Amino acid sequence: MTTKHDDLRQLKDQSQYDFTTTYEYAHRSRKGIGADIVREISALKDEPPWMLDFRLRALDIFFKKPLPTWGPDLSSLDFEEFYYYLRPTKSKARSWDDVPEEIKDTFEKLGIPEAERKFLAGVETQLDSEAVYGSLKKEWESQGIIFVDMDTAVQEYPELVRAHIGRVVPIADNKFSALNSAFWSGGSFVYVPPGVQVDIPLQAYFRINSQSLGQFERTIIIADEGSSVHYIEGCTAPQYSTAALHTGVIEIFVEKGAHARYSTIQNWSRNVYNLVTQRAVVDADGSMEWVDANLGSGITMKYPAVILKGPRAHGEVLSIAFAGAGQHYDAGAKALHLAPHTTSIINSKSISKDTGRSGYRGLVKVAKGAYGVKSKVECDALLLDPGSRSDTYPYIDVHEDDVQIEHEASVSKINEEQLFYLMSRGLSAEQAAVMIVNGFLEPFIKELPMEYAVELNRLVALQMEGSVG
Amino acid sequence: MNTLEIRDLQVRVADEEETGILKGANLVIRAGEIHALMGPNGSGKSTLSYALMGHPRYVVTGGDILLNGESILGLAPDERARRGLFLAMQYPVAISGVTLYSFLRAAVSARRGYGQRAHESDGEHRRSPLIPGREFRQEVRAEMAKLEMDRTFLRRYLNEGFSGGEKKRAEILQLALLKPEFAILDETDSGLDIDALRIVAASVNRLQRELNMGLLIITHYQRILNYIHPDFVHIFYEGQIVKSDGAKLAKKLEAEGYDWVREQFV
Ligand SMILES: Nc1ncnc2c1ncn2[C@@H]1O[C@H](COP(=O)(O)OP(=O)(O)OP(=O)(O)O)[C@@H](O)[C@H]1O
Ligand SMILES: [Mg+2]
Repeated sequence: MTTKHDDLRQLKDQSQYDFTTTYEYAHRSRKGIGADIVREISALKDEPPWMLDFRLRALDIFFKKPLPTWGPDLSSLDFEEFYYYLRPTKSKARSWDDVPEEIKDTFEKLGIPEAERKFLAGVETQLDSEAVYGSLKKEWESQGIIFVDMDTAVQEYPELVRAHIGRVVPIADNKFSALNSAFWSGGSFVYVPPGVQVDIPLQAYFRINSQSLGQFERTIIIADEGSSVHYIEGCTAPQYSTAALHTGVIEIFVEKGAHARYSTIQNWSRNVYNLVTQRAVVDADGSMEWVDANLGSGITMKYPAVILKGPRAHGEVLSIAFAGAGQHYDAGAKALHLAPHTTSIINSKSISKDTGRSGYRGLVKVAKGAYGVKSKVECDALLLDPGSRSDTYPYIDVHEDDVQIEHEASVSKINEEQLFYLMSRGLSAEQAAVMIVNGFLEPFIKELPMEYAVELNRLVALQMEGSVG
Repeated sequence: MNTLEIRDLQVRVADEEETGILKGANLVIRAGEIHALMGPNGSGKSTLSYALMGHPRYVVTGGDILLNGESILGLAPDERARRGLFLAMQYPVAISGVTLYSFLRAAVSARRGYGQRAHESDGEHRRSPLIPGREFRQEVRAEMAKLEMDRTFLRRYLNEGFSGGEKKRAEILQLALLKPEFAILDETDSGLDIDALRIVAASVNRLQRELNMGLLIITHYQRILNYIHPDFVHIFYEGQIVKSDGAKLAKKLEAEGYDWVREQFV
């Protein structure tokens, strides 16, 4: 049992290096940061002048902004150590035969579809998207839905992009949003016309290429009046990152009466700094849900936000984090109530083991005049062993009397009586612990589409391997 | 002949100063036999059942437990379960987020060796860790029907919000699916209403016959023994069995209480 676990851990920890060394790039900028690189990126992408301008302004702000003084220790983060633009070759990066057996094995265990496996292993740099979603694409087009990567959007829908980029997450919001704004590459652009309900979740990997899996994805989703859309980002397979710094920015616009949901399953390799700014603005009677699972990366900082600007707008942030050895999550949520009768639900669950740390940092803010607001925050932490740790930092900032805000937090350990009960029915200590942990996560997992729920259960089991008994 | 043998068993609670709770218990249960164990509150009956099942809080300080002639003291609870030991608990715990269905399926799969048994015979390694869903559903529905349990329980979380009697019924459902060689029923009767007791007893009797199971029924009342007829009745007192006899002993206890036991054995 332990050997299998060690193998997997090793695989998780090392494989990204194996992969990176064999990647070939059609283009790679010099190491480090500077205006020359920003210009280079913009020129290579053949961007309009306003986009270059946006990037250059962002770079300026980036230099001026300090690192956050709170949260995880980022002092070892050296911005000069990274490549800021990598464009892989269009041709095959490597052959399937060269992919190490253990990695094929992991894909097998995770039950990842063939097409996706090759892509993830770096055999294909472009998913065979025609095969995966060719017929869907036609249907979407006939409904007026736009679903393209951001680079394409800048070329084909420049006005739409220009009107929305940086509007929910301003360049100057934080150092990493500025960094992303300067160097962004890849990500998705989604527009859903008024009244259109997108039944099937839009999944990033339908159209992903290794570039957009990359460091600085930028995503914009616009759900126009009365429409609804569910977008799913990431896949549960370990993602072998070419760079150890990821700073995404995601901006979502939920117009009147519209509904949007954004689900992430993040499983970056352990060498990655994952610093993401994701925020949605919700107009009257609209609703937004962030569903966020974090299993990978070394340090993660992300606080999905809902800005409830129209009356009766509703926002939810559901998140789970599973911190293992060497992992530190500083995750949470923000709900800004700017209008009357807006409501929010924040539900955060974290699991820590082997000295892993996970923290919840949240803000609920109620502006003056936003009467009749209701907000409910619930944070539950489960510690699997004595060395792991969980922290909660809830901030509440209320400028109105007529509000109802609830906050509940709990920290628990795996219950010995529950373990015994399950074991007395024949489950091994490990199976029993996995079952209890999955039970703890169930309220979250049941929000995911079936295939993701199944994969997440498996991933949790992998994280748990060797942790008990 | 299959046997469960308790030999001079001494047990104390981990991290408690106190001296032992079990002070040399002896009992042999053979396949097909039904034993009833009665005794005052706090005499150590549940401690005995936990120790038999291998609960880590109950430390064996002396004596032995033999299953079919082999000591099981070194085995974890799951290994004991897979070898055919079952404990219907006095206070079953609830586990949030785990449906009764997924729990039962995992338990049945573990007991029947799914996930670990490679099929050497045909050279094919079966990886499926779980019993096929369709086969399992049929089986579980049939057993639930016999116990007159509503199927909707399968979708509920394990023991969460179950009434006292519903929990006990769910324990017997597990017994029925896990088909042990030896089962300990720790106060399964308490909490069951009159009809439920009859239904549960009928299932236990049927299983006992079908599997030729050895049974240890822990109870405070004669009532359940009207349905499940014991071959032996034992009185448990201050950590040991102090008297054994046939079914009539239970009737005597029901009529007279434990005073005479106290007088005789203290
Ligand atoms: N985990 C524990 N920690 C401390 N004391 C314990 C523990 N378990 C049992 N004991 C003590 O050991 C004694 C025997 O308890 P046990 O539960 O075995 O009794 P019982 O015979 O099953 O009683 P009842 O008929 O009330 O179910 C009691 O005095 C009890 O308080
Ligand atoms: Mg008891």
